[in-house]
Amino acid sequence: MRFMVIIKATKVSEAGGPPDPEIMTAMGNFNEELVKAGVMLAGEGLQPSSKGARVRFSGKDRTVIDGPFAETKELIAGFWLWQVRSKEEAIEWVKRCPAPFNEECEIEIRQVFELEDFGPELSEETRLQEERLRAETSAKK
Amino acid sequence: MTAADTHRAIEAVWKMEAAKVIAGLTRIVRDVGLAEDLAQEALLVALEKWPVSGIPPNPGAWLTTTAKHRALDHFRAAERSERKHEDISRELNELERTPPDLDSALDDPIGDDLLRLIFIACHPVLSTEARAALTLRVVGGLTTDEIARAFLVPEPTIAQRIVRAKKTLAQKRIPFQIPRGLDLAARLSSVLEVIYLIFNEGYTATSGAELLRASLCDEALRLGRILAELEPAEPEVHGLVALMEIQASRFRARVDAGGNPVLLLDQNRMQWDRMLIGRGLDALERANSLASARGPYHLQAEIAACMRGHWPPIRWTGKRLSRFTRSLQRSLRRRSST
Repeated sequence: MRFMVIIKATKVSEAGGPPDPEIMTAMGNFNEELVKAGVMLAGEGLQPSSKGARVRFSGKDRTVIDGPFAETKELIAGFWLWQVRSKEEAIEWVKRCPAPFNEECEIEIRQVFELEDFGPELSEETRLQEERLRAETSAKK
Repeated sequence: MTAADTHRAIEAVWKMEAAKVIAGLTRIVRDVGLAEDLAQEALLVALEKWPVSGIPPNPGAWLTTTAKHRALDHFRAAERSERKHEDISRELNELERTPPDLDSALDDPIGDDLLRLIFIACHPVLSTEARAALTLRVVGGLTTDEIARAFLVPEPTIAQRIVRAKKTLAQKRIPFQIPRGLDLAARLSSVLEVIYLIFNEGYTATSGAELLRASLCDEALRLGRILAELEPAEPEVHGLVALMEIQASRFRARVDAGGNPVLLLDQNRMQWDRMLIGRGLDALERANSLASARGPYHLQAEIAACMRGHWPPIRWTGKRLSRFTRSLQRSLRRRSST
């Protein structure tokens, strides 16, 4: 089973200052444990929303909005992708994670859809779509 | 948290900690069978106490300490029953002391013990089925029932396999050691064989109803990745990991909606898991950086990467091509391919 583990943003992460060296070291050690356990698939830290943007979809309209974004609760600061045997295992690993910030913060755990979850009908749909894309691409060559 | 939630949490903790707990105990009691029994006893105590007290902050240490106390009781009982073996009293004293292990002070003692455990569980004196069952049990932390259902074999058969494997290791007095020198290649090959066997067992599961069997692929991948961190200088380990990551990447594309196998050329490339492909190619790079001569898994990984169009085509000279062909023939004879 795969999970995305999301570090929610805080005022500190949004401020974008230099990272706390103790936290960095502790996180480095934690990441090493994840790799040694064969759990870590991927992981990245994200820059503050001041460096980012949003695109709003409303009917046919697309609106681009530049960061920063005021609602910290709606933002994330980093993520991992883990391979574990159960949601409980993901929770246990998160409990062992060093506190990402020197203030109250949250880490969210979300299960990744595996193709089996979509059921056989969607696989067929995806397959037909891919066939069309392939036909289009080879027609252009 | 309901009782069921706590139970599942404890199961998850067990799967995370079992290998290290059993490995540490094996170093002390020098019998992997006894170590596993003691660890299981500690788990039973945990299942009784943790729903009330909560899961301790360092569950691995808690389980190890509890198991050590059980070991002390075990040896004292043995002494009382007048089986006066020098070994037992020596081990009893060893348990009561905390010897400063000067050798491992500089290394990674937990990692070394885990590596020793992997090597002993995969010892070639055991049959491949016995090695697979024992490894999934002591390194994977799977229950006998889970192993049985994954291999489509009755539970008592697996239980027997594990019991006999432990007995054989004890009778043959297999040492709890990391093999070195000339021994290492053969012993490592034995480990890789077991991991790949587990992977293939999961890989042959074709329908969604066989998710437990399919999870054997994940388990094998996990074991391979763990081994790659414990033996990072071994190209064949990275080769095996690369091969498994690449094969697993097309796992879901192998059967169509009706559950029928799909030829490689027809497989929906979008269903190929790009993350696993990337990881496979990274592992292949690691293997390539360590050795130019390809061992069988390293070679198969390279072929798998080429066949799926991920790796640039290789320029072959006559000599290299004939060496490659002979190598390929040897390794293909050993495996069944999809």
